[in-house]
Amino acid sequence: MTSRRPGRGALGLHLTLAPLALLWLMPLWLMVTYATTPEADFLQPGVPLGLGGALADNWAILLAQTPFPRAIANSVATSLIYTACSIVLTSLAGYAFAQFRFFGRGVLFALVVATLTVPYVVVVIPQFVLVARDFHLSNTWAAVVVPPLFNSLGVFFMRQNFMALPKDMLDAARVEGVGELRIFFQIALPLVLPSTAALGIILFLQSWNNYLWPLLVLSRADAQTAPVALGALVGLDRVHWGALMVGAVVMTMPVLAVFVFLQRYFIAGITAGAVK
Amino acid sequence: MSRVDLEAVRKRFGALDVIHGVDLAIEDGSFCVFVGPSGCGKSTLLRMIAGLESVSGGTIRIGSRPVNDVEPAARGIGMVFQSYALYPHMTVRGNMGFGLRATGTSRAETERRLQRAAGILQLDSLLDRKPAQLSGGQRQRVAIGRAIMREPEVFLFDEPLSNLDAELRVQMRVEIAGLHRRLGNTMIYVTHDQTEAMTLADRIVVLRGGRVEQTGAPLELYDDPATAFVAGFIGSPRMNFLRGTAEPGGGVAFAGTRATVPWRSGPPAPGTPVQVGIRPEHLRDDGPVRLAVTVEVAEQLGGVSYLYGTTPGAERLVVERRGLAAARAGETVTVGLEPRDLRVFDGEGRRLR
Repeated sequence: MTSRRPGRGALGLHLTLAPLALLWLMPLWLMVTYATTPEADFLQPGVPLGLGGALADNWAILLAQTPFPRAIANSVATSLIYTACSIVLTSLAGYAFAQFRFFGRGVLFALVVATLTVPYVVVVIPQFVLVARDFHLSNTWAAVVVPPLFNSLGVFFMRQNFMALPKDMLDAARVEGVGELRIFFQIALPLVLPSTAALGIILFLQSWNNYLWPLLVLSRADAQTAPVALGALVGLDRVHWGALMVGAVVMTMPVLAVFVFLQRYFIAGITAGAVK
Repeated sequence: MSRVDLEAVRKRFGALDVIHGVDLAIEDGSFCVFVGPSGCGKSTLLRMIAGLESVSGGTIRIGSRPVNDVEPAARGIGMVFQSYALYPHMTVRGNMGFGLRATGTSRAETERRLQRAAGILQLDSLLDRKPAQLSGGQRQRVAIGRAIMREPEVFLFDEPLSNLDAELRVQMRVEIAGLHRRLGNTMIYVTHDQTEAMTLADRIVVLRGGRVEQTGAPLELYDDPATAFVAGFIGSPRMNFLRGTAEPGGGVAFAGTRATVPWRSGPPAPGTPVQVGIRPEHLRDDGPVRLAVTVEVAEQLGGVSYLYGTTPGAERLVVERRGLAAARAGETVTVGLEPRDLRVFDGEGRRLR
């Protein structure tokens, strides 16, 4: 391996990219500064570029107005359960579409992909009626986790990954008498791990940031997820901006950590197939 | 060890017939090579024997037991794939032991077989490496080792040397021949390379368009091909084919000359158009039948030379010479051959004997 020293070209590139990076980082920084700004200063003209001293006050308001620690715990739990279940289901379905010939495969797969074209707003009301009225699942984790498990984009994504696996390799295991489930878990899945990790991040974020659906099915305060709890800070006559920003900072941190930790996989998954 | 028998075996993909009723008897302990051009169905036939493709008609027996509906793993076969098909995330040890461990073989027994297979293939020092850290030849040895681990009755090889460079291919060919001598199992080997077929096989099956064109020992196919296709496929450089006409008295006229062929079952009717096949190595300096060749290109390979030229009728012809050939491009040389070295085929390519 030879390490490349940044030359003059790289310097130019960095000079161009640095302002762009600042532009993207600015909202994040403002989120932090607003989280430390006293509530009374929010209506002052100008933007606070430096840290204020009201973090503890805002945090206290957040805790007083919402069951925030409980909401974060709910968010972590539902997002992790959703991500784990969704990865298992989408990868199993994707593997079946990619590797097995069965009657009606083409039609079935076309149907799965066709659901991508249905806008969510069309689905949300019937889905609410089904979950809340017919199955009585309001204010349960199941109500948040189960409906989005039918994830056609995930199935499609995993199918493409599994299609890239050499058929000979799976046949070699079949000749050795290895069962199909074991082939899936011990050979196929480990080989698509980078893309699966990328899908995992996307699914986690989807669930973590989801506001509309949990708002509909989680009315009880102790069942709420973090975005719904923060939403409650926006009142009819008063908005607790400082507390809202503190909550947003707390919500952003785990996501940033996951992203930094799994960045390698995330990029690898998104560009998979581009260079093969 | 087992014999393998195919009876009227057919394969259909949708509306397309790819194997049209193949009958074959592969003896216990023999080395049988399926050879043919791309798309002739040789790999499909092998995958049907392995159980990786279903059988559309006919019966496959391994050791006299019909296996049409038997799972691949229960057929007593070990298979080696062209792409090696190793599991990239496992070490050599993991690759070779995975199948046995996954099907409930004890750790001790797996280890015993691993040591044996590794010993046979000299893999001992590589057991903890991953496939990416191995050369092509080493990977293929691991793939063969994985098949040995199963202690199969029949080994199936699907073009195992196609991904290797020329030098390694020769080396692995010798290793596979040695493996067959040592293990004595029935081996079925698919290749499109006639040199591999000639050097490895006890028995060659030449396939063409999903049908068996001819079956026989390597030199039998070389000396006594049943069709022009087999004659052209076996032997390198390939046999020369010249247009000819049957003459009265058992003669054949071709390329401005004529020869009296020693027919075994009577000559064709005079005037019948025929193809005359002559192997490049049968064109010598002397011989009763004389043929004029205008040399276009002379390839000197040191031990052997090839003259590429044309006959008086402008048909292409290759002449093989031991040592250096004196002829240069543009010269016309006269070569000779023995009438018994001519192979005559009819208009459809069937042999006339």
